[in-house]
Amino acid sequence: MALTRDLLNKFTEYSPLCKAMDMRTEEVGAGFARLILPYETKLIGDPVTGVLHGGAISTLLDSTCGVAVMSHPEGEVNTATIDLRIDYMRPARAGFDVTAEAEVYHATRTVAFVRGKAWADDPDKPSAIATGAFVFAWKAP
Amino acid sequence: MARFEPVQEVKKRRDAVLRALVDHIPFHAFLGIDFERKGDELTGVLRYAPHVIGNPLIERMHGGGTKAFLESTAIISLSWSLLWDRMENGELDLKKLAAGELPPLPRTINFTTDYLRPGLPRDAYARATIARAGRRYASVQVEAWQDNRAVLFAQSTGHFKMPELA
Repeated sequence: MALTRDLLNKFTEYSPLCKAMDMRTEEVGAGFARLILPYETKLIGDPVTGVLHGGAISTLLDSTCGVAVMSHPEGEVNTATIDLRIDYMRPARAGFDVTAEAEVYHATRTVAFVRGKAWADDPDKPSAIATGAFVFAWKAP
Repeated sequence: MARFEPVQEVKKRRDAVLRALVDHIPFHAFLGIDFERKGDELTGVLRYAPHVIGNPLIERMHGGGTKAFLESTAIISLSWSLLWDRMENGELDLKKLAAGELPPLPRTINFTTDYLRPGLPRDAYARATIARAGRRYASVQVEAWQDNRAVLFAQSTGHFKMPELA
């Protein structure tokens, strides 16, 4: 099944790793996406505090950034990560689902520049901030 | 003259510490991450399984999974190096470790991943180099490859806040 724009809101069911993590696609806009990662003990990175592994948050943010890129109206519905940096501001509070939002803030013919953030209990207190460059294929007019 | 400790005892202790570090972090089992040891050198291994794929149509590894694998390799390698001296001189309480009482782990400050090539549906390997480990912060670089050691598919650099060791 090829990914089309109408199927983007099902991306988390389509992508095996997102599905294995039980992610949900909550909103897809034009160069924007919001995904949710439910808190699950299998994703814990620190058994003492019960905080999710940084890698689980990275996967959520990478997926969210990817969906944001694929939802860009001027590009093909296909992408790959070129580079992604994540700053961990504070641990995602144990027991809380994590929400991530990402937006394409600039796209050239070949590259989409994306930023995103992820939070657990309070959107004003992000757990992590993502900055990345993704493969972007400008659609022929 | 002092006699050397029997090699099997040394190996048993090192392997027990490594197992405790790796096995008590649930995320490792979820993604399929394990570590192999030669002396103090660790190699992260991500066993291929269908759930690490990002896009089923082109069958490539999910960029987030790749990043998670490299970050894990950095954290375990850094924790391992922090425990090394106390492990070697026998100060470390192996029973507590085996029971899951892990020492405080380093916390990631930031982590950047450079995706050099698509991740193929194969096992992946990663090795971390601790560029600097200070009292408060550490800077770690990670290289990851699949079939050929010289052909990297991802590389990372990250900063970590050191744990306050009791």
